[in-house]
Amino acid sequence: MKRYLPNLLRLAALIILIAFLVQPMLFEPLLKPLVQANAPAVYNQGSLLSLTLSHLATVFTATLAATIVAVGLAILVTRPIGAEFLPLSRSLVNIGQTFPPVAVLALAVPAVGFGEKPTLIALFLYGLLPIFENAMTGLSTLPPAIVEAARGTGMTAWQRLTKVEIPLALPVILAGIRLSVTISLATATIGSTVAAKTLGEVIIAGLQSNNLAFVLQGGVVVAVLAVLIYDAFSAVERVLSRRAGRV
Amino acid sequence: MRLKIDKLGVVIAALLAYGAFLAPFAQFRANRIVPGEARSILEALPAGLGAALLAFVMISIILIVLKTPTIVRLVLGLVALLVLAVLIGLSAGHLTPPENTYARVSPASGFWLLSFAFALVTADALARLKLSPFARVALLAAVAGAIAALLMSGAWDGLSILKEYGSRAETFWLEASRHVVLALGSLAAATLVGLPLGILCHRVEALRAGVLNVLNIIQTIPSIALFGLLIAPLGWIALHVPGAQAHGIRGIGAAPAFVALFLYSLLPVVANTVVGLAGVPRDANDAARGIGMTDRQRLFGVELPLAFPVILTGIRIVLVQNIGLATIAALIGGGGFGVFVFQGIGQTAMDLVLLGAVPTVALAFAAAIVLDAATELSSNKPGRAA
Repeated sequence: MKRYLPNLLRLAALIILIAFLVQPMLFEPLLKPLVQANAPAVYNQGSLLSLTLSHLATVFTATLAATIVAVGLAILVTRPIGAEFLPLSRSLVNIGQTFPPVAVLALAVPAVGFGEKPTLIALFLYGLLPIFENAMTGLSTLPPAIVEAARGTGMTAWQRLTKVEIPLALPVILAGIRLSVTISLATATIGSTVAAKTLGEVIIAGLQSNNLAFVLQGGVVVAVLAVLIYDAFSAVERVLSRRAGRV
Repeated sequence: MRLKIDKLGVVIAALLAYGAFLAPFAQFRANRIVPGEARSILEALPAGLGAALLAFVMISIILIVLKTPTIVRLVLGLVALLVLAVLIGLSAGHLTPPENTYARVSPASGFWLLSFAFALVTADALARLKLSPFARVALLAAVAGAIAALLMSGAWDGLSILKEYGSRAETFWLEASRHVVLALGSLAAATLVGLPLGILCHRVEALRAGVLNVLNIIQTIPSIALFGLLIAPLGWIALHVPGAQAHGIRGIGAAPAFVALFLYSLLPVVANTVVGLAGVPRDANDAARGIGMTDRQRLFGVELPLAFPVILTGIRIVLVQNIGLATIAALIGGGGFGVFVFQGIGQTAMDLVLLGAVPTVALAFAAAIVLDAATELSSNKPGRAA
C-alpha cells in the first residue's frame, strides 16, 4: 500500500487539476472565502485552460530549442575537435547562471518587443545552462572501459556517439532537462509582465485587483504542473538509468 | 615558426568583424521614447577615433585568431573593454547636438557585440590561467574600481542610462539599499534557521525526507505568486498582532517579499547542510568519538568545519538567486531595483529597464565571484587532508 500512495496522490492531483481547468466554476465555493463580497473568485478575464496550454507551449518550445542547442554544444566540446572551447564553455555556464531571469527577460524586450518572444528568449537562454552542464558532465564521465570497448569493436566515432555515449549519458541529460523545465515553468509567469500569454496573467490580475483567489489559483496550477512534470521526468530517468546500468 | 589557428578565436573574430563593420555602434534618439536611429562606428565617433577603433579591432582579430600566449589575450581583452567603455562615452558627446537636453544616445548592438566578444576573450583567458581565489577577487575589485572611476569622471554622463539615473539619483540609492537589505537579510535569516534545521535533519532521519519535500514544493511556486500569497497572512498579522505594524510588518511592501525570499532560500541551505554533513568521512567521526569528544564538540569541532565548503556553496546559490528574485519584490511594493525595471517596461523606456537590470546583474555576478573564491579557499584550508 505504502508504495502506491505517492502515485495515487499524483493521479488525484492530476484529476483535480484537469477538473479545475475544464470546469473552474465547480471550485468557486472553495475560493469564495478568499475574496471580498462582490469580487469574482474564479479568473474571468479569459479561459484558464487556454492560458495553461499556452503556458505549457511556451515552456515546451523554449526547452526543446534549449535542449537541441545545449546537447549539440555539449557534444561539440567533448569531441577532440572542440576541446579548445571547453574551458570557456565551463566558465560561461557559471557566469550565465548568475544572470537573474527577470533581468534576461527585461533585457530581451528592447531587442524583440513585447509579447511571447522575449519570454521565449529568456526561457531559452536560462534553460540552456542546466542542460548544457548536465550533458557535458554526462558525456565526459562515461566509464572509460566501455568507451574503449566500443573503440575496440571497430565502431566509428559517429557510431560510438549515437550507440554508446548518448544512450549512457541520457539519464544525466534528462536530469538537466527536468531542472530546466521546472525553472522555466515558474519563470514563464514573469513573462506576463511583458504581455506574454501565460498563467502569470492570472497572478498579476490578482495582484493588481487585490484578489487573493486569483493569485492562489494561478500559483497553485503552476506549482502542481511543475511537481507532476518533475515526477514524470524522474520516473523516466529511473527507467533509463536502470537500462543503462548506472542505477 | 608555424602559425597556429585558435578555433575559438575564429568564432570570436567573426563576432568582432560583424560587430565592428556591420552592426550599429550607437543609437541616437531625438527624445526619450521615440525609436532610435542607428549610427555606425565611423558616424558615432569623432573623425580619426572611429578609424582608429576599426584598426584596433582588426589588429585584435589577428591576435585572437592566431594562437597567442594566454596572458597577451587577457591583457588584450581587458584593454579592449576599457577602450570601448571610454569610446561609447565620447560618442554620446559627439552625437548629442550642443545645448540639446532631450536627445538620447545609447549603446547599440555593435557595441554590445564587441563588448561581448572581448569579454569572451577575457573569460577564456581567465579560465585557462586558473587564477588563485585571491587574484580573482583582486581582479574583480580592479574592474569595479575602473567602472567607478569612469562613472565619477563623468565620461559616461552623456549616455541615456545615466540621464535616467541623473533624474532619479536619490531614489536609485534608496532602492539599491532596499534591494541589498532584502537579498542579504533574507539570506541571513535563512542561514540562522536553515543551518540548525539541516543539522536536525541530518541527525533525525525520520524528519529528513519530509522537510526536504516541503521545501522542494515551495520552490515550485512561482515567485510572483508566493509574493502575492504572503500579502494576506502578513496583512492579518499587521492587524491583529500588537506591535507588528510598528516593526514595519504590512500586507504589501517589503515584509511579504522578505518572507518569500526567506522561504525560497531555505531549501539550498538545508539541503546543502544535510549533504555536507553526510559527506563527513566516517573515520573523522570515529576518531573524534575515540578521543572522547562529546556530541556537541564533535559537531562544532569536526562535522561543521568539514561540511563548511558544501554549506558555503548552498549560501552562494541562495545569494545569487535572492539578488535576482528581489527584483520581483517591486511588483508588490517591496522596492529594490525591480522598481526601475517594471517602471521602464511600463513606459517602454528601455534605458530605465537597464538602470534596474544592470546593477542587479553586476551585484549577482560580484556575489558569485566572491563566494566562489571563499568556497575554494575554505576547501583548500591547510591541514585538511584531501
